[in-house]
Amino acid sequence: MNKVKLNKDTVKDFLLNYALYIVLVLMIIFFIIKDPGFLSLKNFTNILSQASTRGIMALGVAGLIVLQGTDLSSGRILGFTAIISSSLLQSTTYASRMYPNLPELPLILPMLIAMAIGAIFGAINGFGVAKLKVHAFIITLGTQLIAYGLSCLYIDRPPLGAQPIANLDEKYTKFVNGSLKLGALEIPYLVFYLAIVSLIIWFVWNKTKLGRNMFAIGGNPEAAAVSGVNVVKNIMIIFIMAGVLYGLAGFLEAARAGSTTTNTGFNYDLDAISACVVGGVSFSGGIGTIPGVLIGAVLLQVINYGLNFVGVNAYWQYIIRGLIIITAVSLDVRKYIAKK
Amino acid sequence: MSDNKYVLEMIGISKEFPGVKALDNVQLKVKPGTVHALMGENGAGKSTLMKCLFGVYIEDAGEIYIEGKKVKFKNPKQAMDNGVAMVHQELNQVLQRNVMDNIWLGRYPGKAGVVNDKEMYEATKKVLEELEIDVDPRVKMAKLSVSQRQMVEIAKAVSYNAKILVLDEPTSSLTEEEVKHLFRIINKLRDRGCGIIYISHKMEEILQISDEVTVMRDGKWVDTKPAKELTTDKIIKLMVGRDLTHRFPPKTNKPGEVILEVKNLTGTYQPSIKNVSFKLRKGEILGIAGLVGSKRTELLETIFGIAHHSEGEILLHGKKVENTNASKAIKNGFALLTEERRATGIFGKLDIKSNAILANINGYSKLGVLDDKKMTKDTQWVIDSMKVKTPSQKTLISTLSGGNQQKVIIGRWLLTEPEILLLDEPTRGIDVGAKYEIYQLIIDLANKGKGIIVVSSEMPELLGICDRIMVMSNGRLAGEGLTEDLTQEDIMAMAAKYI
Repeated sequence: MNKVKLNKDTVKDFLLNYALYIVLVLMIIFFIIKDPGFLSLKNFTNILSQASTRGIMALGVAGLIVLQGTDLSSGRILGFTAIISSSLLQSTTYASRMYPNLPELPLILPMLIAMAIGAIFGAINGFGVAKLKVHAFIITLGTQLIAYGLSCLYIDRPPLGAQPIANLDEKYTKFVNGSLKLGALEIPYLVFYLAIVSLIIWFVWNKTKLGRNMFAIGGNPEAAAVSGVNVVKNIMIIFIMAGVLYGLAGFLEAARAGSTTTNTGFNYDLDAISACVVGGVSFSGGIGTIPGVLIGAVLLQVINYGLNFVGVNAYWQYIIRGLIIITAVSLDVRKYIAKK
Repeated sequence: MSDNKYVLEMIGISKEFPGVKALDNVQLKVKPGTVHALMGENGAGKSTLMKCLFGVYIEDAGEIYIEGKKVKFKNPKQAMDNGVAMVHQELNQVLQRNVMDNIWLGRYPGKAGVVNDKEMYEATKKVLEELEIDVDPRVKMAKLSVSQRQMVEIAKAVSYNAKILVLDEPTSSLTEEEVKHLFRIINKLRDRGCGIIYISHKMEEILQISDEVTVMRDGKWVDTKPAKELTTDKIIKLMVGRDLTHRFPPKTNKPGEVILEVKNLTGTYQPSIKNVSFKLRKGEILGIAGLVGSKRTELLETIFGIAHHSEGEILLHGKKVENTNASKAIKNGFALLTEERRATGIFGKLDIKSNAILANINGYSKLGVLDDKKMTKDTQWVIDSMKVKTPSQKTLISTLSGGNQQKVIIGRWLLTEPEILLLDEPTRGIDVGAKYEIYQLIIDLANKGKGIIVVSSEMPELLGICDRIMVMSNGRLAGEGLTEDLTQEDIMAMAAKYI
C-alpha cells in the first residue's frame, strides 16, 4: 500500500519537475514527424548559431534573475550595440556607407565599443537597482526605451534616412559566420564564442567571490549585508557584466543577421528571460546554473526554428512561446513555494 | 591590554528615529573574559544598541571604544574587521547555499577574487569540529533543522575570532541539551578572553551563564550589576521599574463541557504536525508550549484551515467541521490571531477602523456596499471594550504601540463572534504593562465561554494564565497536564522528547 503510494508520488514529482522538458521534447518529435527533413545537419548548425547570440545574452540576464532582478532592456541594448558595430564595420567599397570617410577598422575596436556601451547601460541599470532601490523591472523598462530611442536617432539621419545598415566588412561577417570544417561537420565559430563565454561566466559564477556573493545576495540580501558583503558594489558589477555580454552579443548578432535596423534585438529580452526560466533560473532568486541557461536557450531556439520550419503561422508562434513561458514559470514557482 | 579594563565601552549612546528616541544616553561596559547579559523588555533598545555597535545603525551621539581605541563603524564589515561578531536574532542565512558558503560569506578565502574551496572546506571542518557541531560543511543550509542552523550561525560568529561576540537570543530554538552545548562553547570563548554580550529573556539562563548584567528600560540605561547579586525578581524589577507583584490577573474562568475536539490531525506537507489529538473545553484556556520549530503555529494554522491536513478531523460540538480555508473557518466560529503582527496582523497603512472591521467585512455588506454607520459603531465597540488608547478611529494603526495594535486585532476577531480563539504569541513585542491587559482580556473571554488556545514561547506566561498546557515536540504532542501540576522543567523535558 505504502509502496504504491510512494511510486505514485515519485511519478507525480517526476512529471512536475520535468513536465516542461517533456512538452518541449514532444514538440521536437512533432517537428520530426511533420517533416523528417528537420533532422538535418544544416538545421542543427543553424539552430546552434542562432542560439549562440541569444545564449550569450541569456547568460547576462541569468545573473540578474539570480539577484532577484530581471532585464527588459537587454534586447534593445543588443540592438543599439549591433547598430553601432555594423555602422563602424561597413565594407569600405560600399558607396552609401554611414561613415564614408571611416577607414577600415580592426574588428576588436568596434567590439570593444559595443561592449563598453553595453557596460554603460548595465551600470545605469545596476545603479538604479542597487543604489536608488528602483525595481529592476522599472529601471530596465526605462533603459529599454532609452536604448531604442538612441538607436532610432543614430540610424535615422540625413542623407540616408532610416535604412538598414548593410554591406558589412567581409572580415567581420567571416569572423562571425564562418565555421570550422571537420569532414562533413561544420561547427560555426559562433558556437565556439558561446562556449568560451559560457566557460568564463561559469567560472565567475562558481569559482569567484563575485559569483558566490551574487548567489548569496540573490538568496538572502539581508544575510549578505550583515556578513559584510558590499551588496551595492556586487550588484553593480553583475549588471555591468550583463551589459558587456549584451554588447558582445550585439556585435555578433549584427554580422550574423547581415544587416541591422532599429528592429534588431526586438523581443530578444523576452527570449533571454524565457531561456533562463526554462533553464531553471528561479525568479525567487539565488538559484540557477550555466548548463541550465544554455539548455534553455538551445531548446527555445529549436522550438522557434522548428515552428518556422514546419510552417506554423507566425502569430501562432507568439502564442506558443507565451504558453511556454507561463508553463515554465508556474512550474518553477511550484518547486519553491512553501506548501502548508 | 593591562590598562584597558574593558574590551568594549559604549558611552552616552543616543539614537533617534523619526518620532522615537530609541536610545538615550546609554552605556555598556564589557570586561574581557566575561559574559555580560543585556536585559530589558521588548522595545527597551537592546537590539538598537547592538546595531549601533555593529555598524548597522550609526549613533547620533556617544562614543564607542574597543580595547580603549575609539571606533565608529559605518557598516557591519568594519565592525567585523575590528573584532566584533554577532549572532542575529533572526537567522540571517542563505538557505539555497551550503554551510561553508554561509560561514565564510563576505570573506571567502582565496586569491585574486577566486574562491579556494578546499581551504574553505578545511577551515569550516576545523571550526565545526572544535565546537563539536556535527554538520557537513557541504550540505545545503535548507536541509538543516532550525537548531542546527542556529548552531551554524554561532560557529560562524566564533570563526571570526572576535574580541566581542554578541549573541542575540541564541537559545530560542535550542533544546536543553543544545543550550548546554552552547554554554560550553561560551565558556570556552570566555576563557580565551573574549567579551560576550548575551541577550536573552530567559532569566534562569542569564543567571547561570553571565558575570554581569546591564538592564535597559525605555531606551535608557538603568543599572549594571554583578550577576551574583541578582535574582529573577530583582531583574524584573529593574526592567519594569516597579515591583511587579501581579504579573498575571487572577484566574476566574471555569472550564465547562468539551466544545472542540481535534483527532489525529496530520499536516499534508511534512515536516508539519503529526497525529495531534486533543480536546478543548468551553471557557478553557489551553496553552501550547514547545521550541521554535515544534510546529505549534502549524497546528493553529491547520485548525484554521490555512494549512492543509492529510489525515484527521476537527469536531466542534461533536460535529465535524471542514475548515478548508480561512473564510470557512471564520464562518464556523474560529478566529486566529497570527504570530507575526506586523507581517500578517495589522495593515499598517490603514486606519484603526479599516483594521478592525476587516475579518467581519461580510457583516457590513449589503449588495456589495458597506454600511459605514455600522462599521463606525463596531469600531467604537472595539476601541471601548478593548481599551485601545487612540485619538480617533481614523488613526493609522502603525502609529499605535504594539499592545494597542494587538488589542485592535483581538477586537477584529471578536467582531466575527468566534467560539474558538486561536492566539499565536498574543503578547509578543508588547511591554509588561500592556501584557497584563491582554491577559485580562483573554481571561474575560474565557469567562464569556470562549474556548481559547494560546501558543507562547514564554513559559511563565503559559503557567500564569492557562488552565492546561500541551507541549509539542517536532510536530508531535509530547505531553500535557493541568497547569498546577507542571513546572518549567517538566515542559522543557517534554519539548525535547522527539528531537
